[in-house]
Amino acid sequence: MSGILEVRDVEVTFETGPLMRRRSILGVAGVSFDLHAGETFAIVGESGSGKTTLARAINGLQDISAGSIRFDEQRIDTLGARLMKPLRRRMSMMFQDPVGSLSPRMKVGNLIAEPFRIHGIVDKDPGVEVPRLLSLVGLTPEFADRYPHQLSGGQARRVGVARAIALNPALIIADEPTAGLDVSVQGEVLNLLNDLRERLGLAMIIITHNLHVVHHVADRMAVMYLGRFVEAGDTDEIFRAPRHPYTAALLSANPEPDPDKARDRIALPAEVPSLLARPAGCEFHSRCPWVAARCKSEAPEFVQGETRKVACHTPLEPGAKPPELEGAQ
Amino acid sequence: MTVLAIKGLNVTFSTEGGQLHALKNVSFEVPERRIVGVVGESGCGKSTLINAILGLLADNGSVDAGSITFEGEDLTRLGAARMQELRGQRISTVFQDPMGALNPVLSVGRQMRNIQYRSGRSRNEKDARSEAMLRQVRIPDAQSALAQYPHEFSGGMQQRVAIAMALMMRPALLIADEPTTALDATLEVATIELLQELQQDIACSVLFISHHLGVIAELCDDVVVMYAGEVVERGTTRQVFHAPCHPYTRRLLECDPARQSGRTRHLPTIPGEVPDLRHRPPGCVFATRCDQRVDACDKTPPDVAVAAGHVARCVLAAAR
Repeated sequence: MSGILEVRDVEVTFETGPLMRRRSILGVAGVSFDLHAGETFAIVGESGSGKTTLARAINGLQDISAGSIRFDEQRIDTLGARLMKPLRRRMSMMFQDPVGSLSPRMKVGNLIAEPFRIHGIVDKDPGVEVPRLLSLVGLTPEFADRYPHQLSGGQARRVGVARAIALNPALIIADEPTAGLDVSVQGEVLNLLNDLRERLGLAMIIITHNLHVVHHVADRMAVMYLGRFVEAGDTDEIFRAPRHPYTAALLSANPEPDPDKARDRIALPAEVPSLLARPAGCEFHSRCPWVAARCKSEAPEFVQGETRKVACHTPLEPGAKPPELEGAQ
Repeated sequence: MTVLAIKGLNVTFSTEGGQLHALKNVSFEVPERRIVGVVGESGCGKSTLINAILGLLADNGSVDAGSITFEGEDLTRLGAARMQELRGQRISTVFQDPMGALNPVLSVGRQMRNIQYRSGRSRNEKDARSEAMLRQVRIPDAQSALAQYPHEFSGGMQQRVAIAMALMMRPALLIADEPTTALDATLEVATIELLQELQQDIACSVLFISHHLGVIAELCDDVVVMYAGEVVERGTTRQVFHAPCHPYTRRLLECDPARQSGRTRHLPTIPGEVPDLRHRPPGCVFATRCDQRVDACDKTPPDVAVAAGHVARCVLAAAR
């Protein structure tokens, strides 16, 4: 089965610094993955790791400097804005800030009908479509008359989802779909996305730094560090036995709501290297508790193992403890 | 000894739609050298509570009843001048967004020096203290950091600088309002550990506001659970997380995706909405969403002590 989305060696470059000393930095440094219909793929990483840039590149909101992106077997990274527009009907994006991504001067009904207007779709009656979409996301038709400021965070998210699915897309890219939502509402939004995915056969890319969210919604996941994937594979397996030290550290740093939970944390030096001065060798070596001589000079390949890909010279065995912890026990 | 004692606090705001009863009968204590967490969802009154303590309620807000006793003084009765003396010296705050607390056009060293304007120390002494403080929050190369501007630091470092500034005058109480919410997992944990360490070092009390149950469980000694402007449950972190007595606490804990050990496609939620605080229901404020509702819930629920220090505002707690 061929994928709905094929991302190959994508790089995104930004120019920075004063005019005479322009330097370019790699925001996304060679990312590849495939996505199949009906599948949810999560991209996890700290802020500044390039998650959102990658999402914008896939959606055509950000030019790429190398690599290729194919959607429905058509190369899309070389299309201009005009040719890209019809494709956006099949690929929609949910942006981070739920209220901020809705125009404050438009009513919810108008906001939901906006995609139809933008794409010049006249054979659909907004009077029918708006209530249908509202009910799909679990809101009553009366919401069509409200303004965004009259919505709670969860309701605004639902409106964002309604807009994203309005044109029957094949792919939704959701950037931090639960950021800023209360736990009781987080579940609602995630359940909604899960339901819609099943009912409409959507493929989904979820970008988040909340690992608990990833565990419950994503089939596959990738961990991003300084613009590269360092580990990718089946979500359950990665949670069970992370193989990249960074993944292991992220998972161990996840505070759990149990005061008596034993926490054998993998402590990382807090400072993330600057993209202007990428470390030599393995880019994680400056923070890695398992660092070896080889890591400082030789960059590991992102190799395909049996079930997942890892970029590490010596991937962790299940239950591995950092060297200093091992000594203490 | 108790550093902060809040008793029967009621705060209302006059709005176009009528009186908004934002805090209703809020009582809890922050004992000396303890970290007390306040959890609750948006709109539960966490920020109003902080503003009431700091004497920074908006003009349309007022404390109608109750007291906020801090080191023996009732903050609700203090004048503006005395309040200003306390703020930043005896009570200090760290907010979610460090850039909101740092002045973007002044160097970090200058700002840290300014904070010490009451100390009577010389300029060199002040700078030495600033540097020591930055080192304590693990800012690398603290001396040159003093000459840098806030935008030159990463988000995690900015928050650490803000923490250093808040603790500079060795306050008795630090109010931390969602200080780790904007940070990523590894930085969040590092910041929590730093706060814990500094709290012990300075021997202050901390009032830690968060909606992140995991962070509260890890950091706090005691927890106060708020819902719609009321404290529905309070106790030690163990009491509240291991034996929650209020239905809201129980549901809230269930909702946390971290509590689902197995992988699930359907996460629990709390259906319904927080009531409009301009029209509070006469009885229990959680009754409309509660799955254990009984007739007695139509009356104002009592604060029931279920164990030493563990109180729940629920009629059902009495029956236990």
